[in-house]
Amino acid sequence: MANAIPETIRGRRTSRLPGRGELSERKLLVALLAPSLLLIFGLTIYPLLYSLWISLHRHSLLFPARPFIGLDNYRRILEQPLFWDSVWVTLYFAVASLVIQIPLGIGIALLLNEPFRGRGFLRAAVLVPWAIPTTVNAVMWQWIYDSNYGALNGLLKQLGLIEAYVIWLADAARALNLVLVADTWKVLPLYILMFLAGLQSIPRDLYEAAAIDGAGPWRRLLDVTLPGLKPILLVVLILRTVQVFKVFDIIYLLTRGGPGGGTTVISFFTYQQTFQALNFGVGAAVGAVIGLSTMLAALLHFKLLHSEEERA
Amino acid sequence: MRATLERGWAVSGARGRRRVGAARRGGRGRKRARSALIYVLAVVVAVETLAPFAWMVISSISTQAELISVPPHWIPEEPTLATYTALLSGSAINYRGTGEVSAPIAAFGRALLNSFIIAAATTILCLVLGTLAAFAFARLRFRFKSSLYFLILAVQMIPSISLVVPLYLLLQRLNLLDSYLGMTLVYSTFTVAFVIWVMAGYLLSIPRELEDAARIDGCTRFQSLWQIVLPLTTPGLIATGALAFLTAWNEFLFALLFTNTLSAKTLPVVISEFSTQFSLEYGLMMTGGVLASLPPVLLAIAFQRHILAGLTAGGVKG
Repeated sequence: MANAIPETIRGRRTSRLPGRGELSERKLLVALLAPSLLLIFGLTIYPLLYSLWISLHRHSLLFPARPFIGLDNYRRILEQPLFWDSVWVTLYFAVASLVIQIPLGIGIALLLNEPFRGRGFLRAAVLVPWAIPTTVNAVMWQWIYDSNYGALNGLLKQLGLIEAYVIWLADAARALNLVLVADTWKVLPLYILMFLAGLQSIPRDLYEAAAIDGAGPWRRLLDVTLPGLKPILLVVLILRTVQVFKVFDIIYLLTRGGPGGGTTVISFFTYQQTFQALNFGVGAAVGAVIGLSTMLAALLHFKLLHSEEERA
Repeated sequence: MRATLERGWAVSGARGRRRVGAARRGGRGRKRARSALIYVLAVVVAVETLAPFAWMVISSISTQAELISVPPHWIPEEPTLATYTALLSGSAINYRGTGEVSAPIAAFGRALLNSFIIAAATTILCLVLGTLAAFAFARLRFRFKSSLYFLILAVQMIPSISLVVPLYLLLQRLNLLDSYLGMTLVYSTFTVAFVIWVMAGYLLSIPRELEDAARIDGCTRFQSLWQIVLPLTTPGLIATGALAFLTAWNEFLFALLFTNTLSAKTLPVVISEFSTQFSLEYGLMMTGGVLASLPPVLLAIAFQRHILAGLTAGGVKG
């Protein structure tokens, strides 16, 4: 399981068998670890610190000078209503997607955990949305939502649910919800698969014991299934929180943050500040804040799971 | 939402009930009703999952005239592969009678190649470096190991958007913008962390007695890793390899910002250009989408067991 940090990782066991022509332990360690660590730290930790440095300067591609300006970039961000709008949009996106995707994910996982003919096919089919590129997902939904020839308009009109074709992405709130639908189609499979793995790790005896004790279906769901899914639930929660900051591709292609900034999530805001306004200082400031806070959240989360395991 | 849960639950209770309840009540009718419900739900899920993708495939083989018909032609009357030949050969398609080859069409073949090279290079680099590091985490003792391990996990969580500015400036200074090497290195940072995590788990599940035996027989550490341990971790290597390829193949943000010519532009970038440059030609866009989806979808289905195991072992990358 994702959160299981095996005993040996903590470095309690080690072998001290001698061998001929061996590198010393220390040299071996360096040889094994150095390339990966160099790559990871060189291209994530260092850039993150570097962006903190940039964020303290006026760094715009429109001006050659890069004076030190302290926390001015941060102040400018916090003063921008657009920034706060993007925070709310992101927050809405995060909460709404969790509320929709977790119950749906658990429900479909419960279904896929039942024996029925065609289950293998369905389990494979679920991989399709997960595997396709996010950009492809975006253009696919762009075509489905198309106001003149799109499948959504066509279907609803044929079913008699709408009188005339609708311009789906013209209204801010509706556009955001439709982006959410498109995103859910793509990410739901991952949660289904993770919950399915969680379900399979719950011992069957628990269900049988509960049934013998006279627990009805609801009681078994509440007392056996959901507690059994708790570790996975925590992983999915943190995963989704982190992923919301990564929602970019679909916004970039489907709505360009519009209409009227209604779908400008924080990553798209950062992109606009950086590569449209060419203000690298401000972009770096938002980026650094997002990056550091996610890392902090992740570390806290791991520590939490870790200590929980030790108690268990 | 509530309805979904309840329905889902009715399904899950089935197992226990079938054993205990069936004996007690012998409810044959209820059993049948439950299995009917399962099938109905299964069909709903199958349609929800596959219909959008199927519509993309259908659109890709429809003529332009049928694409812009109202109401839509759900099943094309004259299916055609014209858009496929246009994209793969980079030649003109006569929609508007201009005979001009638009930029994304001309770029498609090259972008396909770029995507393959960058994704393959990332996969190989990450598997090699990541497995070595995983070996250190699984088998050696050193200071700060636990903290380092956590840090590597946390690094994976950093959203790309917060690295965009510094990485852009860094790549610019190293002259690596718009190059295979630059893209491969950038993609490798996240993936190598993932490989370390999953492979360390795999290595720990292999009894070290095997290695010890090999080393008593005179193998060096590297030999025992290469000849004894590695073959046993093949499922893990396949899973992480497939996931690494998929992640690199699908990545968009870095590719959008760090490449600007055909020398390194990847498929997702070219697909995004379709959508912004001439929004009417959905047929070409859908064909591009199908072609770009084929490698990851086939990979996912071919290695589904391994990938599921890898995903749940790693549990991080989406």
